[in-house]
Amino acid sequence: MTVAKTVARKVVLRFPHRLVDKPIIYRLVKDYDLQFNILKASVTPEEEGLLILELSGSKKSYDDAVRYLTGVGVELQPLVKDVFRNEERCTHCGACVTICPVDAFVVNPKTRVVDFHETKCIACALCINACPVRAMEVRL
Amino acid sequence: MTKSIAEINEKIAKGQAVVVTAEEVIDLVRKKGTAKAAKEVDVVTTGTFGPMCSSGAYFNLGHSQPRIKAGGGQVYLNDVPAYTGIAAVDIFLGATALPDDDPRNRSHPGEFKYGGGHVIEELVAGNDVRLVVNAHGTDCYPRRKIETWINLQSMNEAVLFNIRNAYQNYNVAVNLGDRTLYTYMGVLKPRLGNANYSTSGQLSPLFNDPYYKTIGVGTRIFLGGGVGYVAWHGTQHNPGALRTDKGVPRRGGGTLAVIGDLKQMSPRWLVGTSFLGYGATLTVGIGVPIPILSEEILEYAAVTDEEIIAPVIDYFEAYPQRSPEVLGEVTYAQLKSGSIKIKRKQVPTASLSSYSRAVEIATTLKGWIKKGEFRLTEPVAPLPGVESGIIIKPMQERPLEKEG
Repeated sequence: MTVAKTVARKVVLRFPHRLVDKPIIYRLVKDYDLQFNILKASVTPEEEGLLILELSGSKKSYDDAVRYLTGVGVELQPLVKDVFRNEERCTHCGACVTICPVDAFVVNPKTRVVDFHETKCIACALCINACPVRAMEVRL
Repeated sequence: MTKSIAEINEKIAKGQAVVVTAEEVIDLVRKKGTAKAAKEVDVVTTGTFGPMCSSGAYFNLGHSQPRIKAGGGQVYLNDVPAYTGIAAVDIFLGATALPDDDPRNRSHPGEFKYGGGHVIEELVAGNDVRLVVNAHGTDCYPRRKIETWINLQSMNEAVLFNIRNAYQNYNVAVNLGDRTLYTYMGVLKPRLGNANYSTSGQLSPLFNDPYYKTIGVGTRIFLGGGVGYVAWHGTQHNPGALRTDKGVPRRGGGTLAVIGDLKQMSPRWLVGTSFLGYGATLTVGIGVPIPILSEEILEYAAVTDEEIIAPVIDYFEAYPQRSPEVLGEVTYAQLKSGSIKIKRKQVPTASLSSYSRAVEIATTLKGWIKKGEFRLTEPVAPLPGVESGIIIKPMQERPLEKEG
């Protein structure tokens, strides 16, 4: 008897505007027999959907589901553990402010210093390469 | 009321000069009126801290034993190529230079983690840098290869020489297309997902002296954390740009070429920078003092973000195709509010230039002047103004004749 290898992965899914109203997660359950646990869900002002899930099921189902998701145009990234800011390097320009899908960077209207709210951060890592002086780092 | 630069310098020497930043002067003029404020204030300090691609540095490496002629050969600093088309051991390193083996945009968008700007930052930080020279060898310069560590102290001259910095005004970049754009104005999200701008507005040097009445060739400035000078007008200097009633350019406008001894600068104010999918560059800190010689000059220096207007340009189609189309105009006050309205859509804004660090530059320069460490200079020649008739020219391509 072979035992199917099971996996549990935390992933960040980004849905382009055209997919926001499509029943995609439903198919993960129905067609791929995956269990999911929603860690965070939001629709950004640019009408992109953002979903952080823990997906679990057989390794094969998981891989097939990933293929299905990327095939329909959902961007999928593993949820990394921690994103932090190198305070020495940050110049407080603000380039990150509109890149972050959950508004974790906020410009102080008075001082124009950019505050990083780590508790809001979902570790999607979009800011890492968008930061011109590469002050944002991932701690794995 | 008029003052001379010599009179202001006398007050600086006695520690009596009244110096305020370009931000502080706004409130002062509101409270006291222009006439009274102009009498009181001697110097207004400005600042800007943003990515400036036409930056670089030249170096004299010193002569090796036996000698080598890098001129006409190849030189690398931490694998980043420098320009060698000058004498034996003089080289020029540009901020946007990339290692030969950098993948660039072969896997789009490229990361551009390390380029000329990063080498300049490391040198200014005092780090050793790996120098490789490949040369052809001559009777007087027989050596063909050198690999060694060098640093700023071991060089004879190390001079920051930026041929275009401190753009008077700049585009607000947006993306009307349906895919993400990776530009020198940062990552632009599709369908007007964001709007990026890049000047320090009311603190920016040339917004405070819009007709270049005090800033000229030889003006002593804050450059990269040390002292530098305005060397010339910068490339693409465009005094003929469209202006507001008060003379503030509504398009690119003037630029500065600046120069200074790299050995007294600091990595806090010269930062290697990477634009995803675009390239490497250098973020440069510049602060220019404006002597308040008259009420008119103070009035210019009291300009506010509400009075400064920038054009919104589409980087999906208009910019790359050099189409003159402007989607609209917005003020810096609107840009700093966090969102602007374009085509009836509220678009979030972000800056590539650090306003808080621009404040720090203007404040630092103010401190230097108040302590008498920094004297103002009389420009030796003016920058070309509106009367010069200079207007930026596009390239006119002409087909090469077929070879017979």
